[in-house]
Amino acid sequence: MRIAFPFTAIVGQDDMKLAMLIAATDPGIGGVMVFGDRGTGKSTAVRGLAALLPPIKMVKACQYHCDPRADKSSCATGCVHRLDGEIPDVGEMATPVVDFPLGATEDRVVGALDLERALTQGEKHFEPGLLARANRGFLYIDEVNLLDDHLVDLLLDVAASGENVVEREGLSVRHPARFVLIGSGNPEEGELRPQLLDRFGLSVDVKTPDELAVRVEVVRRRDSFDRDSAGFAARQAEGEAAVREKIVAARARLSDIETPDAALEWASRLCMAVGVDGLRGELTLIRAARAVAALEGDARVEDHHLRGIAVMALRHRLRRNPLDETGSSTRIERAMSDLFGS
Amino acid sequence: MTAEAQAETVRCAAWPEALLIATLFAMDPHGLGGISIKGRGSPFFDAWLDLLKELLPEGAPLRRCPVQTGDDRLLGGLDLATSLAMGQPVVQRGLLSEVDGGVLVLPMAERLSSATAARIAAALDEGQFQLERDGLTSLLPARFGLILLDESMGPEESPPFALLERCSFRLDGNGLGLGDLAGDGASLEDIERAKSALPEIGLASESLLEAICEAAQAFGLNSARPALLCLRVARMVAALDGRKVATLGDVTLAAQLVLAPQALQLPPPPEEPQPEDSDQQPETQDEAEQTEAEADAKPPAETPPDSQADAEPKSPPNPSEILVDAVKSALPAELIAALGSQAKPNRQGRASGSGGGSMQKSPLRGRPIRSRSGTLKPGERLNIIETLRAAAPWQKLRRRPQADAAPETGRKRIEVRKSDFRIRCFAQPKEATTILVVDASGSSAFQRLAEAKGAVELLLAQAYVDRSRVALVAFRNEAAEILLPPTRSLARARRQLSDLAGGGGTPLAAGIDTALLLALAEKAKGRTPRLLFLTDGRGNIGREGKAGRAVAMADALLAARAVGLAEIAAVHIDTSPFPRPGARELAEAMRAIYAPLPYLNAQAISAI
Repeated sequence: MRIAFPFTAIVGQDDMKLAMLIAATDPGIGGVMVFGDRGTGKSTAVRGLAALLPPIKMVKACQYHCDPRADKSSCATGCVHRLDGEIPDVGEMATPVVDFPLGATEDRVVGALDLERALTQGEKHFEPGLLARANRGFLYIDEVNLLDDHLVDLLLDVAASGENVVEREGLSVRHPARFVLIGSGNPEEGELRPQLLDRFGLSVDVKTPDELAVRVEVVRRRDSFDRDSAGFAARQAEGEAAVREKIVAARARLSDIETPDAALEWASRLCMAVGVDGLRGELTLIRAARAVAALEGDARVEDHHLRGIAVMALRHRLRRNPLDETGSSTRIERAMSDLFGS
Repeated sequence: MTAEAQAETVRCAAWPEALLIATLFAMDPHGLGGISIKGRGSPFFDAWLDLLKELLPEGAPLRRCPVQTGDDRLLGGLDLATSLAMGQPVVQRGLLSEVDGGVLVLPMAERLSSATAARIAAALDEGQFQLERDGLTSLLPARFGLILLDESMGPEESPPFALLERCSFRLDGNGLGLGDLAGDGASLEDIERAKSALPEIGLASESLLEAICEAAQAFGLNSARPALLCLRVARMVAALDGRKVATLGDVTLAAQLVLAPQALQLPPPPEEPQPEDSDQQPETQDEAEQTEAEADAKPPAETPPDSQADAEPKSPPNPSEILVDAVKSALPAELIAALGSQAKPNRQGRASGSGGGSMQKSPLRGRPIRSRSGTLKPGERLNIIETLRAAAPWQKLRRRPQADAAPETGRKRIEVRKSDFRIRCFAQPKEATTILVVDASGSSAFQRLAEAKGAVELLLAQAYVDRSRVALVAFRNEAAEILLPPTRSLARARRQLSDLAGGGGTPLAAGIDTALLLALAEKAKGRTPRLLFLTDGRGNIGREGKAGRAVAMADALLAARAVGLAEIAAVHIDTSPFPRPGARELAEAMRAIYAPLPYLNAQAISAI
């Protein structure tokens, strides 16, 4: 297995890293979309995140690696034995971070009849696909704006329902497919379908750093990683472990984070000021702020938590005025300083 | 380098440089990403490729990947013959994995689709790729270098940027004759020695790393990739030379080979003389070294900011040319929508159905979607995987009567009946290009330009769904020009539109001519062009630049008839306050839909 470039060694790109940590803390946030120029470390960050995430407990016999504590009804086939009141065998596995490669065919995405078993043994057996593999983990789609339309439709449905329903080749299977969707793409290659963009909880824009010193550091680290990956990873191990613990601690704390009315009002006022349609924006804003508070070890959501994530939670939800040259981020920043002072 | 070659604006490769590039590339094709080569027809290319073949290690594959290669051959899939013989699924590797350890040659790289480019780029970055196709899952190695054969004819075409950016080198063989191809590359032993020394090569000083980054920044190369590739090349040069550390000389050479040719494709920052210097004198080592030293000595604070916006040339403030800011579009949204969903407006009418964005079902071409059952007609292709899947559940049942009749042959045959046949369906995006032709003349150009910009952006906002491209032709003063070549990218369009200026006379005929040429070019590329004219139809400049309304209108009518004869879908939106018969006549000549535009609304006026 090749060593991934350590997450903590990525220079700058704080927004992107924060968004991913938020998603790791609260998977219910709805995924992260990363827009950006080429060579800004989008893919690197996702692969680094995979190495960083704490392992999960799962039902050993379940092919969808279900949570042993979860409601038994959530899993269709893998955990049937739990119906008898048995305590399932519990194992541990790394949080799945599944690559959705361009050119993947539909049968491998949703799962299909296991051809080998069908041909050799005449058995009808479902072979799970990428969506099953990503259950309880992350699904990463690079160049998501180049994804074929019929796959996008499929993905939209599953991401919305958290369940993959397969009706093909005489098979009728449903299984849980809850995952954090991470998409990345370059806006120059084409626009992202609005429905898909809307599914993402957070959206960040990564840019090449324009300070020379930062750029030099990027090149220096990448170069020393390329020359000695193992040594480089070992030097970063301590920092990586610290972030992993931070995520574990934040997850444990998440449900205890208080959300004062002031914070709710703050969120509502901002959403109204920038004209965000629907409640999804407000909910994401609050949820993300709660995750940030948990990551920072605070007990309650404060204004500065909200402020830090307002742009990434809302920037893709503003009604677009195609002729307004001001970017969404600027509009949100401006609204915040108008409403709450700088 | 020959005199003619030197005179050309495009930087030509000198043979010694090409030799060095071949040697470096042969040392580590994957590490250096690739080479983009122009001038395929010249003797240079064949000589160079022969040389590269000699320099590559024994047995390293060198494969050609035709531009239309489908996913099944590019990425891999089920090996049907072997799978059937073995009775179990067997992976057939695609080209990307077959060239593992070697070089992948992409002819006509400028015609590569961005989807194919993205697949290649993903494999290139990882050195491997995950195959998820045809019921198979496999992690395949794919460490290869690319050779892009850039056969583009003009600046509008170029290989996909995703791949170009991952290529270390650019070579241009145009202008090199046979006589220039003297000299040999390094020997295989040299390369082997350099390869084994490479991991140990250090940098003479940390400041060299900064110099590389600074140079990359000055060349307007924003991504970290070029700087990293440059660093890698500097080390390789030192290794080839048998030295233990890479010095300023190595870094300079690497910057010349890697950074300078890439920078030429971007507008150089105006205050920075460096790109021009190394452009004119690419071979003069001393001079370039001097420039590099200059860059090196300069404190970072002095380097000009290199953000794209700054690098773009700004039009001088000219009273006759008014920079127009985008304001809210005054174009009715329904009209744009109608245009977007209109396949062929003339004669057959709009009722013909399928929207512009819809996929055209095609039995032969395009991307495979799903398969259907039915009988196989000539020309159609069987989806074998799906057919096998359909047949699989019945195997036990079907084998039974046969087993009684015939003795076991030892190997189980798969019984496939006609009813199992699944036929492959392809969907081909009906690619349309909407060409907006905008009258940018006179004082009211303000509003019209703003509307046109709005229309372009609104059209582009739908582009993902529509799969259509948008282009913009504007005419003013004496001529018409293509301000925005066909694009699907909102980001790019916005950047180019922000500097659009208006003013001057109305060369209507020139506008129509230019638009028609562009439309025909798009048609030649297999797309469906549509023209959208935004003008009051009152031309006052004729085809040869002569002023005069009568001449201008006669020329315009002629041009319009050509559009009508070419059977290109067109809409003419009359922007004048009071529609006149002349404009309608023009529309009829083009066989265009004629729509007088309700003049500017109050919102647009107050916004100016």
